Amino acid sequence: MRHTVTTGLAVALGASLLAGCGSGGSAEDGKGSKTVTLVTHDSFAASKKVLNEFTERTGYKVRVLRGGDAGSAVNQAVLNKDNPQGDVFFGVDNTLLSRALDNGVFTPYEAKGLDKVPARLRADPEKHRVTPVDTGDICVNYDRDYFSREKLDPPRTLDDLTKPAYKDLLVTQNAATSSPGLGFLLATIEKYGKDEWQGYWKKLRANGVEVVDGWEQAYNDRFSGSAAGKGKGDRPLVVSYASSPPVEVLGKKPQPEQAPTGVAEETCFRQTEFAGLLSGAGNEKGGKALLDFLLSRAFQEDLPLQMFVNPARADAKLPELFTRYGVTVDDPATMAPEKIGEGREQWVKSWTSLVLK
Amino acid sequence: MAVPAAFFALFFGYPVAAIVGRGLREGGRWQLGRAGEVLSDPDVLHVLWFTVWQAAASTGLTLLVALPGAYVFARFDFPGKQLLRALVTVPFVLPTVVVGSAFLALLGRGGALDEAFGLRLDTSVWAILLAHVFFNYAVVVRTVGGLWSQLDPRQEEAARVLGASRFAAWRKVTLRALAPSLAAAALMVFLFTFTSFGVVQVLGGPRYATLEVEIYRQTAGLLDLPTAAVLTLLQFAAVAVLLAVHAWSVRRRESALGLVDARHTARRPEGAGQWALLWSVLAVIAVLLVTPLAVLVERSLRTSDGGYGLAFYRALNTLDENGTFLVPPAEAIGNSLAYAAAATLIALLVGGLAAAALTRRAGRLVRGFDALLMLPLGTSAVTVGFGFLIALDEPPLDLRSSWILVPLAQALVGVPFVLRTMLPVLRAVDVRLREAAAVLGASPLRAWRTVELPLVRRALLVASGFAFAVSLGEFGATIFIARPDSPTLPVAVSRFLGRAGELNYGQAMALSTILMLVCAVTLLALERVRAGRAGEF
Repeated sequence: MRHTVTTGLAVALGASLLAGCGSGGSAEDGKGSKTVTLVTHDSFAASKKVLNEFTERTGYKVRVLRGGDAGSAVNQAVLNKDNPQGDVFFGVDNTLLSRALDNGVFTPYEAKGLDKVPARLRADPEKHRVTPVDTGDICVNYDRDYFSREKLDPPRTLDDLTKPAYKDLLVTQNAATSSPGLGFLLATIEKYGKDEWQGYWKKLRANGVEVVDGWEQAYNDRFSGSAAGKGKGDRPLVVSYASSPPVEVLGKKPQPEQAPTGVAEETCFRQTEFAGLLSGAGNEKGGKALLDFLLSRAFQEDLPLQMFVNPARADAKLPELFTRYGVTVDDPATMAPEKIGEGREQWVKSWTSLVLK
Repeated sequence: MAVPAAFFALFFGYPVAAIVGRGLREGGRWQLGRAGEVLSDPDVLHVLWFTVWQAAASTGLTLLVALPGAYVFARFDFPGKQLLRALVTVPFVLPTVVVGSAFLALLGRGGALDEAFGLRLDTSVWAILLAHVFFNYAVVVRTVGGLWSQLDPRQEEAARVLGASRFAAWRKVTLRALAPSLAAAALMVFLFTFTSFGVVQVLGGPRYATLEVEIYRQTAGLLDLPTAAVLTLLQFAAVAVLLAVHAWSVRRRESALGLVDARHTARRPEGAGQWALLWSVLAVIAVLLVTPLAVLVERSLRTSDGGYGLAFYRALNTLDENGTFLVPPAEAIGNSLAYAAAATLIALLVGGLAAAALTRRAGRLVRGFDALLMLPLGTSAVTVGFGFLIALDEPPLDLRSSWILVPLAQALVGVPFVLRTMLPVLRAVDVRLREAAAVLGASPLRAWRTVELPLVRRALLVASGFAFAVSLGEFGATIFIARPDSPTLPVAVSRFLGRAGELNYGQAMALSTILMLVCAVTLLALERVRAGRAGEF
C-alpha cells in the first residue's frame, strides 16, 4: 500500500507542477487592450522616460519582445505570420525588407509624420506597409591605438582590406544571420559588381578575415577598440556602424579630442530600419498609436543615444555627441530593396560556401 | 495500442509528412527534381561529409577512450564503484547545450586552458570531438561493460590452459562474445553524434555544421524551408538505416552466451599492471568527465572583480534593461520544470500504454510498431520542432501559441526511454498472477493495483526519471517552438551564450550549473531505485 502512495504522490506532484504552467507562455497575456507588444531584435533600446511618455499620451503600456538578432527576428515574424507574437514589429532593414513584404507579414498603415521623412528613405510608397524609423551606415571601424602603435595607416577602402599589411586584422559577421554582415557583403557586391565580388572575398579570406555569428560578438568580444570588451579582443578592424565611434566616447571624462575608433569611409553601406503593423495583431489600435509614436520627435530624438543610429525624420535634432564625434558618410553604397530581394538568397549562399566552408 | 498509435500519427507522422510536403511540393505538384538539386549541391555534400566524418571520428575516439573504462568497471572491485558509475552517466543526461558551454569554458577564448597555456580549441573540430566523447563515455561503459561483467572469466582461462596465447585467448573468446554489444554501443554513439545539435551549435562557430545544425540554420537563419525539408528527409533516411542495423544487431546480441552473475566476476586488482590500469582509467575520468563540469561551476561563481561570489546567480533574478527576456531568467527554471513534468506525464501515458500493448500481443506488426516508436530517438529533434511549427498551425490543431506544444515535443523524445525501461519488466510479469487475482474476485483495476503495480513500480519510477531528465535537457525541438516570453533552461543558456559580455556569459554558466545539478540529482535518485536490470539504458 505504501508503494502505491509514493507513486500516487509522484504523479500528484507532476500534476500540480502542470497546473502551475497552464497560464504561462501563452500569447494571450499581452492581448489586453491596455498593452501593446513590440516585437523586435536584441539591439532595440529606448529610454524609460520616452516609453512612459507614450503611456501618458495614449494610455498603452509597451511590452518589448526581443527575439534574437535582426535576421532571426524577421524570420520568426515570417514563420509566425497571421498568429503574430505581438502588434508591431520594429527592426526589419532594407536588406531583408523584401522577405517580410513578400510573405505578407505587415498590414498597411500610414503613420503620422511620414511627410517629415526624406523620400529616399521610404519604401513601399503605394501601400505603406512599413514605416522608416532610423538609418545608419555599416562601415569598417578601426582601433586608432593599434594603428598608431604599429605606425600603420588605417585602411580607407575595400581594396585596402585585402592588402598584406592588414592580414588577420578584420572581423566581420555572418551574412546569413546578421544585418551588418549582410550590409557589408552588399557593399562589396555594389562596388565590384556581379562578376568580381566573389574574387574580392576570396582575397579577403586569404587575408585572414574572421567571421563570427553576430555584431555583439564581433564588436565586444573580438574588436580591440571597444571599451565594453575591455580591450580583450585582438582584431583592430571590425564591421560596425558609422555611429560606433561616438558610442566609445559616451561617458568618458574628460571628453577626448577625437573618438578612440575611426571609420573607413569608403567601405560603407546605407541601411534603413523599418517598423510595421503585424497582420493579425491583437491590438491594432494600440499598434497604430505606437507606430505614430516611433516617428514622433520625442522618440526620434531619443533614438540616437539609445541605438546609435540616425533618426529618419529630417527635423529631429542630433545630440552633440553625434555632431562632434560622428562621421557623416558622403557617398555610401546602397541598393534598392527589390534588387536586394532578387539577389540576396543566391549571394548569401555563394558567400557562405566561399568564406565559411 | 490506439492511444500511442494516434499520438504518434498526430505528433510525429503528421509533422514529418508536412515537412515532406513543404519541401517537395509546389503549386500542388511534386517537385522531385528539387531533392536532386539540393543533394547535388556541393555545400550540402560538404555538410553531409562533415556530419558522417565527425560521427565516425567521435565514435572511434569514444570506443578507444571508454573501452578500458568498461573493462575496469566490469572486472575490478574497488571502493566507490557504484558512485563512480553514476557519475560517469551524468554527462549522458546533461543537456547538450550545457556540454557545449562547459567545453567552451574549458577550451574557448579566455577559457581555463587559454588562461593556463594559451591553448584555444573552440573553433576547431577537436572541441566537438572531445565533447562527444564526454557525452557518450557512459554509453560504452554501460552497454559493453554490462555484458563484460557477466561473461564467465573461466572461459578465457580454459583457452589459456589449452595453449592459446594471452592475446589469442582474449581475441577468440572474450572479444567474440563482446562483439555484438560493441557493435550496438558503436551504433548508438554514431547515432547520437550523427544527429548532434547543441554541442555543434555552441562549439562549431559559423564554420562547422552537422545536418541537424544546417537544418536549423536553413530554417531560422535563411528561411529556406524547401532546402531544410530535403535535408530533413536525408537525415531521416540515414537514421532509419542506422536504426534498422541497430535492431538487427540487438537481435544478434540475444545469442546464447554463458552468462554468470556480475557479482562473481569482479575482484580486487592484483599486481602493478592492474592497479596502473585502474588509476589511469580514473585519471581519464577525472580529466575528461569531471574537469569540464568543474570549470563550468567555477566560472559560474566568479565575480567581475576577479573574486568569487554568487553575483551571476543573483543577476538571474533581475530583469536586465536591454535583456533578452521578458521575464527574469530565473523563471526559465520554473518553466523548464513544469514543461518537463508535463512531458514526463505524457511520455509515461503513451509509453506505458504502448509497452502494455506490446506485452499482450506478439507478431510482426507489433515488432514493427516497436521499431516505429524508437524512431523519434534517432530523428532529429530539430525536425520535430520544425515540423510542429509548420504542421500544427491551423485549426483545429493550431497549437503554436499554446504551452502544450513544448511538452508534446519533449514527450516524443521521452517515449522511447519509457518503452525500453518498461517493456522487459512488463514482459517478465507472470500473467497467471493476474488471473489468480481475478479468480479470487478482484476487479480488473484492483488486480492491476495489487498485483502488477508493485512489480513494475520501480521500472515506472526509473522510466519517469529518464523521461524527466531527457525532457529537461531537450534543446533542438524546444528552441524552435518555445516562445521568447517563456524560455526553458537550455534555450535561455543558448541565448545568453549568443550575446557578448561577461555578465551574459556568467549567467549562461550559472543556468548551466543549475541544470546540471537538477539532472545529476535526478540520475543519482535513479541509481538508488534502479531495478537489477531494468531496460537497456
